[in-house]
Amino acid sequence: MQLIVDGRTIAAHDGEMLAAALMAAGLWRLRTSPRKGTGRGAFCLMGVCQECAIFVDGRLQQACSVEVRDGMHLELRGAP
Amino acid sequence: MVVETDLVVVGAGPAGTSAALAAANAGLGVILIDEAREAGGQVYRAPARTLTAAIKTRDRDAAAGVRLRAALDRSSVRFERGLRVWSIGERFRTDTVGPEGVRTFKAPRLIAAGGAFERTVPFPGWTLPGVMGLAAATILLKSEAMLPGRRVVIAGCGPLLAAVAAKVSGGGGDVAAVIDMASRRQWASVMLQLATRFNLLREGAGWVLGLARRRVPIHFASTIRRIDEADGLLSVEIGPVDGKGRARPGRSSLINDVDAVAVGHGLVPGVEITRLAGAAHTYDRLRGGWVPVLDAMGRTTIEGLYAAGDGCGIRGALSAATAGTLAGLAAAGDAGALDPDTLASKSEPQLKEAVRLDRFSAAVSELLALRPGQVADIAPDTVVCRCEDVRRADIDAAIADGAADVNQLKHFTRCGMGPCQGRMCGDVVGELVALHAGSREAAGAWTPRPPLRPVPLADLIGSYSYNDMPIPKPVPL
Repeated sequence: MQLIVDGRTIAAHDGEMLAAALMAAGLWRLRTSPRKGTGRGAFCLMGVCQECAIFVDGRLQQACSVEVRDGMHLELRGAP
Repeated sequence: MVVETDLVVVGAGPAGTSAALAAANAGLGVILIDEAREAGGQVYRAPARTLTAAIKTRDRDAAAGVRLRAALDRSSVRFERGLRVWSIGERFRTDTVGPEGVRTFKAPRLIAAGGAFERTVPFPGWTLPGVMGLAAATILLKSEAMLPGRRVVIAGCGPLLAAVAAKVSGGGGDVAAVIDMASRRQWASVMLQLATRFNLLREGAGWVLGLARRRVPIHFASTIRRIDEADGLLSVEIGPVDGKGRARPGRSSLINDVDAVAVGHGLVPGVEITRLAGAAHTYDRLRGGWVPVLDAMGRTTIEGLYAAGDGCGIRGALSAATAGTLAGLAAAGDAGALDPDTLASKSEPQLKEAVRLDRFSAAVSELLALRPGQVADIAPDTVVCRCEDVRRADIDAAIADGAADVNQLKHFTRCGMGPCQGRMCGDVVGELVALHAGSREAAGAWTPRPPLRPVPLADLIGSYSYNDMPIPKPVPL
């Protein structure tokens, strides 16, 4: 199964949590903090911290609470 | 559309599932709601759909999760999965949002069993990608059969340290070091108190022996001082701490070439529902923070509202299941589905079990409780509120300017105002304010407001459009 992250293709396994698939592809930095612009990655993986909130097919979603789907389009630009 | 029932249970971990089962067995119509697709909560979290066969059920928690989900499947409980509760209203309107949009449930009784989340006391570098919670690492191992990194530092406090280290190491990862805030002496006293729980003791001993066999360095009475990043790898500076979590003068050392750090300093009860409903709460350091005031059956100070599990104070999964059963029985009894004698006879063994488990869970809760010295030691430049990049120095400046409690501090600094809604920093911020206010009671807690979780506005509006707006007839002139 393949995901498209900011135009680049990465591999993922069926049934996998999106945040795990991104980590496995070496994509630790998922967004920048809104005030200081420092890099952030998934922290709690249980829906609390919101650090893994990314755009999934155009909608802001937490990568830790979404299962991967083939052809998913992801943008790591952070919340506006 | 509002779905009505006898009882709504929020949270399908050991507490909520047990509560739902007990109430349903007594004849109540029960709707059980959880954010996840499968019941189990975090401790009994289900493996990813495609990994069910690959993840061993020999693991005690994994097997308990399988049993819990099977019992739920066989019951009359209606399990509403993948729904986030974003508001609780009058007697007890429960607003949720899920993949199919908003849904509302209503019942005269509600059991809050939202569980806990992890506390990480900030240090320089804790916001770097590659640094994650200790509980996050267990989720990767347990649900995704994935290592958090190739070379990992595992730090913080409590029994999860050894469990995560053993799983990483057993899964072929390199555990660079385990950094434990507790001293050998603290562990020895916990072991004495756990001596009655032979199974747990054997499991714990197994982890530690496994780590010793693989020559994993374990640093007791130590903590992470800071983490720095260079060329995509992390270097972790560690140093000694005293029993209150304060840095002791002494040599620090560096652990280099690490790609992931899992760090957690205990658990904080998630009390958003009981707080939003206006129930009375009290501060309990041993049990992780603010907890609802409950009777032995789990009744809050609000009629019809019950609470059970780690969301009422950290006691662990076994206590949660017992407390859940009691709350479910109480709800059934109060609804008239159980006569007083049956309620009393069904509750009695569970009440005894709760008291027994409470004694033993206190030892582990003590390891997981906030260490005040650790908070006092946070350096001025360290980011405390991740969402809004608020540093310790900003918080101290606001307190000096007159912020007397956590809510005033929030208005002064935006600390706790970001998308996590103060969950990540709230406990530590309460402690920082308490340093000046005198106590956690005086420092207060964030005012709870809906939405309890961030909800996209589009989801709330749903298919409602401009044309659906009711336009009143013009008043005749």
